[in-house]
Amino acid sequence: MIAAMVRWLDERLDLEGIIAPFKHKTVPTHRLSYWYFFGGITLFLFIIQVLTGILLLLYYRPGANEAFESVQYIMTRVQFGWLIRSIHSWSANLMIFTAFVHMFSVTFLKAYRKPRELTWVTGMLLLFLVMGFGFSGYLLPWNTLAFFATKVGTEIAGQVPIIGHPMMIFLRGGEEVTGATLTRFFGFHVAVLPGIVTVLIAIHLFFVQRQGMSVPPKVEAEWTANPSARREMKFFPNFMLREMMAWYVAIGALGALAALFPWELGVKADPFISAPAGIKPEWYFLFMFQTLKLIPSKVWIIDGEVLGVLGCSLAGMFWLLLPFFESDKPARTRAWITGLSIFALVYVVGMTVYGFVAK
Amino acid sequence: MCAEQPPPPDTSRRRAIGFFLGGGVLTTLASFLYPVMRYFVPPAVVDLGGDEVVAAKLGDLKPNSGKIFRFGARPGLLILNSDGTYKALSATCTHLGCTVQYRSDLREIWCACHNGTYDLNGRNVSGPPPRPLTVFEVHERGDEIVVSRKREA
Repeated sequence: MIAAMVRWLDERLDLEGIIAPFKHKTVPTHRLSYWYFFGGITLFLFIIQVLTGILLLLYYRPGANEAFESVQYIMTRVQFGWLIRSIHSWSANLMIFTAFVHMFSVTFLKAYRKPRELTWVTGMLLLFLVMGFGFSGYLLPWNTLAFFATKVGTEIAGQVPIIGHPMMIFLRGGEEVTGATLTRFFGFHVAVLPGIVTVLIAIHLFFVQRQGMSVPPKVEAEWTANPSARREMKFFPNFMLREMMAWYVAIGALGALAALFPWELGVKADPFISAPAGIKPEWYFLFMFQTLKLIPSKVWIIDGEVLGVLGCSLAGMFWLLLPFFESDKPARTRAWITGLSIFALVYVVGMTVYGFVAK
Repeated sequence: MCAEQPPPPDTSRRRAIGFFLGGGVLTTLASFLYPVMRYFVPPAVVDLGGDEVVAAKLGDLKPNSGKIFRFGARPGLLILNSDGTYKALSATCTHLGCTVQYRSDLREIWCACHNGTYDLNGRNVSGPPPRPLTVFEVHERGDEIVVSRKREA
């Protein structure tokens, strides 16, 4: 029966023609092949986010008077609601983590170089958007920590010269963080960002599909010297099945984390209480937060905050355009970019740890 | 290359692996689907109304008029007849669930959605309604008009 249906479709749509490129596609096999999995795992976690997000929408109500109560309702009254919400929160954090791992692995494997500059740019845009997902989703339960994180986060956006203040008003839906902010963030989180991210993922995957997997320059050099060492595996089914195994491990880890350490809800936000002591943003913003904390309030004639925000924006912009600073000669890599990548990794990890430890 | 004939493939082992692999995947999917199916079922709404509700105060209604009141999660209809007696019924039409109203010109209960009518005892007298409206008990307690569900005898 299924065979007959496939034949029916094949006659009309030429399924063979659609599948053919996947059959020929191969994945280079070498000692660093494992890093290829992280993009796929990030995609898988994104799919989980979409599915659990739709489930949460069945009961969630945006609005300053209802949001906290509706999440409380999901966690206490709806059957398995605590699990769905816990998976959504954990998966969000793991997705940002694997996206960072993917980004740094691409950096160190030099996979961003010609001809893959645009794949890198779309990937970096996706990383920024995923952080936007984290920032906007964090506010939705309308608890105290989220309220102050949003206050500080939007305030930082407001520090950018000239466009900062209008941008802050746009994000907050007014001068202050209120129910209007919650409504906006809800819209960004469930409509605007998913739409843009889905399109960008499609473009990103199309590029990867068109160009195939990059081979790190070192491995490429070894293979050129000794062509018999060259190894490849078929994308379908060999690599696909390995990827599925990775997804299976990922969902096992996710389920265990979500069930053993259910995500907490905290205390309902109150705009007229003091910020609790030791308040910190989510870990993926911690390295920027810590940087801002370390800059003195006045550097020469520039405000410390403004300097920090501008510095972070410029660093982000530079990182986005990283491939265009690299040599396009296949065998040559620029040593300073490698050094800078190591510095970036050490800086991000170091500042994050410092942010955790610091009072 | 060895010249030996390869042994015939051992399909029983392949079947066993297929069974465990397929069974494992199916079990995993079931373990995902079960919580999701349970999650879909909305928790029962607490009926805050209980069995008794204050429908109105004395003097709220003019004779030969009716008013909708809240009875738990559903609407009820309280009618003050011209002879000064109260009548309370469920206001949910038995046809397709619209909320009915009292027609003082006809001295009948009328549903605007599909032109169904009931008499003052809730009996469906014309139009599509298939069943009578549930009649509630009415008591006066002080200046309050209290409506309660009829106790089963």
